[in-house]
Amino acid sequence: MPDGGIGAPTKRREDTRFLTGRGKYTDDFTPQNTSYCAFARSQVANGKIKSIDTSAAAAMPGVLAIFTGEDFVEVGGNPAGWAIVSRDGEPMKEPKRPVLAHGKVRHVGDAYAAVIADTLEEAMDAVEAIEADIEELDAVVDMASAVANSGTLVHDEIGTNTCFDWGWIEDNRAATDEAIKKAPHVTTLELINNRLVPNALEPRCSIGEYDPGTGDYKLTTTSQNPHLSRLLISAFVLGIPENKLTVLAPDVGGGFGSKIYHYGEEALVLAAAKKLGRPVKWTATRTEAFLSDAHGRDHVTKIELACEKDGTFIAFRTETMANVGAYLSNFSTATPTFLHGTLMAGNYTVPNVYVNVKAVFTNTAPVDAYRGAGRPEATYSLERVIDKCARELGMDPVEIRRKNFIKKDQYPYASAAGLEYDSGNYDALMDGLEKTADFAGFEARRAESAKQGKLRGLGINAYIEACGIAPSNLVGILGARVGLYDAATVRVNPTGNISVMVGAHSHGQGHETAFPQIVADMLGVDPETIDIVHGDTSKIPFGMGTYGSRSLAVCGSAVFRATEKIIVKATAIAAHMLEDEPDNIDFSDGVFSIAGTNKSVGFGDVALKAYIPHEYPIEGLEPGLEETAFYDPANFTYPSGAYASEVEVDPETGKVTICSMVALDDFGVVVNPMIVTGQVEGGLAQGIGQALLENSVYDDNGQLLSGSLMDYAMPRADDLPSFVVDHSHATRCNHNPIGSKGCGEAGAIGSPPTIVNAVVDALARGGHDVDHIDMPVSPSRVWAAMNK
Amino acid sequence: MPKVTMNINGRARSTEVENRTLLSTALREKLHLTGTHIGCDTSQCGACVVHVNGKAVKSCAVFAVELDGATIDTIEGQAAPDGSLNVIQQAFKDHHGLQCGFCTPGMVMSAAALLKDNPKPNEAEIRDYLEGNICRCTGYQGIVNAIMAASGQAVPAIAAE
Amino acid sequence: MYDFDLVIPSSVADAASAMKADGAQALGGGQTLLPTMKQRLAAPEVLVKLSDLAEMVGVSAASGILRVGGATTHAQVAEEGAAYPALAALAGNIGDPAVRNRGTIGGSIANNDPAACYPAGALGSGATIITDRREIAADDFFTDLFETALDEGEIITAVNFPIPDAANYQKFDQPASRFALVGVFVARFGDAVRVAVTGASNGGVFRWSVAEEALSADFSASAVEGLAVNAGDMISDLHGSAAYRAHLIGVLTRRAVQSC
Repeated sequence: MPDGGIGAPTKRREDTRFLTGRGKYTDDFTPQNTSYCAFARSQVANGKIKSIDTSAAAAMPGVLAIFTGEDFVEVGGNPAGWAIVSRDGEPMKEPKRPVLAHGKVRHVGDAYAAVIADTLEEAMDAVEAIEADIEELDAVVDMASAVANSGTLVHDEIGTNTCFDWGWIEDNRAATDEAIKKAPHVTTLELINNRLVPNALEPRCSIGEYDPGTGDYKLTTTSQNPHLSRLLISAFVLGIPENKLTVLAPDVGGGFGSKIYHYGEEALVLAAAKKLGRPVKWTATRTEAFLSDAHGRDHVTKIELACEKDGTFIAFRTETMANVGAYLSNFSTATPTFLHGTLMAGNYTVPNVYVNVKAVFTNTAPVDAYRGAGRPEATYSLERVIDKCARELGMDPVEIRRKNFIKKDQYPYASAAGLEYDSGNYDALMDGLEKTADFAGFEARRAESAKQGKLRGLGINAYIEACGIAPSNLVGILGARVGLYDAATVRVNPTGNISVMVGAHSHGQGHETAFPQIVADMLGVDPETIDIVHGDTSKIPFGMGTYGSRSLAVCGSAVFRATEKIIVKATAIAAHMLEDEPDNIDFSDGVFSIAGTNKSVGFGDVALKAYIPHEYPIEGLEPGLEETAFYDPANFTYPSGAYASEVEVDPETGKVTICSMVALDDFGVVVNPMIVTGQVEGGLAQGIGQALLENSVYDDNGQLLSGSLMDYAMPRADDLPSFVVDHSHATRCNHNPIGSKGCGEAGAIGSPPTIVNAVVDALARGGHDVDHIDMPVSPSRVWAAMNK
Repeated sequence: MPKVTMNINGRARSTEVENRTLLSTALREKLHLTGTHIGCDTSQCGACVVHVNGKAVKSCAVFAVELDGATIDTIEGQAAPDGSLNVIQQAFKDHHGLQCGFCTPGMVMSAAALLKDNPKPNEAEIRDYLEGNICRCTGYQGIVNAIMAASGQAVPAIAAE
Repeated sequence: MYDFDLVIPSSVADAASAMKADGAQALGGGQTLLPTMKQRLAAPEVLVKLSDLAEMVGVSAASGILRVGGATTHAQVAEEGAAYPALAALAGNIGDPAVRNRGTIGGSIANNDPAACYPAGALGSGATIITDRREIAADDFFTDLFETALDEGEIITAVNFPIPDAANYQKFDQPASRFALVGVFVARFGDAVRVAVTGASNGGVFRWSVAEEALSADFSASAVEGLAVNAGDMISDLHGSAAYRAHLIGVLTRRAVQSC
């Protein structure tokens, strides 16, 4: 194996450009003759557009064009990517999501007009001069009242605010109800999974270009998923043929889900570029990001856990209302259903699981997948109710979990929520956690905290998630309207260095470093001779993008398969060069050889032969050395973990300080442990942010109260402890060729219940009768809970 | 339009600006130094931190026109002329102090300012100093480790698996 | 942002005459004003830059007074305010390091943000705000949220802080903005104690006179035990209820006294 193959903590090659200010993010591009776009956005949450007078704005200096919803009536809308069927067999309600609002505005920030001008300031001046007569209507904000349909509708034409009413698994409903009715013990918990704003540090930005000479369009955009944007723009929104549209996603400053989706602003700059024959650029302000990026989470849930007196689980039953906001964002219907309901068995051998999810339209920004997407919601509900149950039964929270864990010899395990877990060892993770987090020393630390007047608590959590989202056949049955494979082309150039075109997009995940480690490992070549090409639909075969912790498990596997094909062909060429049969050729460390002889040829010579095919068996073998693979896995991957945290609560102020955070994860085979550790640490910060700080709050009129970083609390360095991250307790994923499970979302899934469990534990040990506090567990909420 | 001349990364640079042109805008759009990033509009995120006359400043919260004659250091001037990374940049690379890279220029410039005032900060001092720099990717662990390492303090290495 | 005319005066006198222009607005460090202008929520026609006026920059201590020039940055006060440690500590915990390198005391006090730290320091110290035309006692200066006794065009040239025998500022952060959710400044001058509270009240910074009386009689944390401000006057928002803020005032006051 060469240095820097699978398992090496290779330093990231992309860092050099980022550290020297030479990264190239979308806003860093300003093509010649660029014009600038600014949007007129609704100030009200729900309103009837009576008229929009753009004449004064159009006459202002520098203004080139103004668009309103009228201009897009003839084109399509931005579709939902996942069709959900309600319990009664009815398809979900799918109101059109237009490029610009038409007829009604449906949330604060809903764009109803766009101005293109020579400069951004001129465009912004003209936006202020647009005279829009918008009659404010009552807003639908609270989900319970939205579901009641007693007043206003977000979309009049569908006659309801309920998008769907979904049961999973509907056939299990009666048995689950019956089991709960008969159970010796039932723990019930009502909770809110707080609404979050992803807040990737780079705001969204899109540049549209059109070449009238060729009819070609180019969209440079902040996307996790450039092929999906191209597909949606082509097939659903603008009808631009895919072969005439290139979508580029250059360096992207974080996504966390919010940049998976196609947004109306992307279509707008393309349409405007065509009309004007000039590049059109739009860059979101942070304020626009708060108002118009897809938000995350936002569930209101009641969960019941039924068990024997000894803590053996009998049933989990969940009723959830999931906010989808004013319009269906691309994966908004998959997130609260198949990414949530299917995980509601957790790590446990529970026989009965039933989940009911009502998706609800409200006059708020669209809600869609945000790091973890449905799985944090599932884990939080389960792991909170299990902790509450343990407390009610007087059991140790570790013991109750161990009692119900799926055991290591039970795989593959068909969960009661419909998934088949392929591998895992939850007891081993919990064993490791007890040691690493030093449970034995907790009591002494608690006593020390008490001397300082602080209440100390210990919270634990066990999670499982399904990621590496695929396979297409399965998700197709479940309602997906796209495939969820990925693709890669491995191109060995004549001089032996290698370009790998991948469908996954790297925006922090380090693909440019990690993917070459796989190829180098397989080919026995120096990883420095391998480069990754991503984020350009004109260069890459196809791709389904980066989200759902899928890049390595799915796209990495495509890279693996394409490299296997390279080895097969190179072996055939080598066999010809060595005058023997391919079956007799060994390939290791970059050298093809015949066992028992001194005959060998290096990989570089084989590559050269492929492109200079003199004395070449042209009848049976094509020249060139380039292979493409589309990989569609047989199953999700199932990372799991055990987390622990100790917190101190200041009983006078309610402030929670995190003293320790220990994360043990099973990710299967780890390609680059440095990058994996970083992914977990970032996820932990976001999960802790959700648990303690972050909250997207609308008032009753649909105004976003937490609409800037002055009111939306992002985790800062001094809010967080040093993390302990360990991924040594690994069980191999046994259905993809690398053996890896996804790692991108784990930290954000496992940490919120850990923290809340720790806070509740601290309060309980301090003598406070508090069994739950909703996130974010802010000082004021803790204080209120202690003083209720 | 007023003209300002600033010494940027050791070189005199002149550009015409409007009074309302922010330093960040002047750097990015007039002088094509796009390493300085804009992540917010309330001066909270710190992606735009540069040094003005040796002090860390949020370049999105100062007008370029105020800075005629000032010395400005940006991320583009941190590496040696041959491209080799300075000690802070190298430590960020060695300790995985960045992921998407968007906050990184501001982080590196803030770290440089910290180490100038406090050459051996402890972990709490580092975390406190970074109050005005938001990173959404790393959870700050790699950044804190990098700054510790850049100041010559021991940081655990990540092992191969 | 709307464009504006910029005046860079070379003296306070020049600045004062520039401030007579219609729509003129003083520009200190700009750390609040610029974000406001970016959002197009402020549209001054003329900005008069005060931040580099030499006669308005500096920290000096004499005769029991710490004098801080109106254009002195928070960073400089933190660094050079050793004669009044509680004030230096307050300045060193405003915003973040980059903000402290630009933001000025004059800008902060003139803005009188109800969650800002300096108004508590000034009111708690019984400071005197010195302008280009008069001296104003802190007790008369902070009139309401974002309102002060300053007249149109009046410039804060310095703030004189009497240095107390003991003082301490306790700030409880609003987690997003890192302004004060509640901040309490306690200063003891002999037997006389001043307690100023920021972040909490619908009326902006205020003196908690009941606590002052109790502490003047007995300067100990237990003296304020059981005292409470009227929650009805407190701010209630997504970061904390009025009752919570009222409660925090008591906690922070006791902690400030203990730390004196």
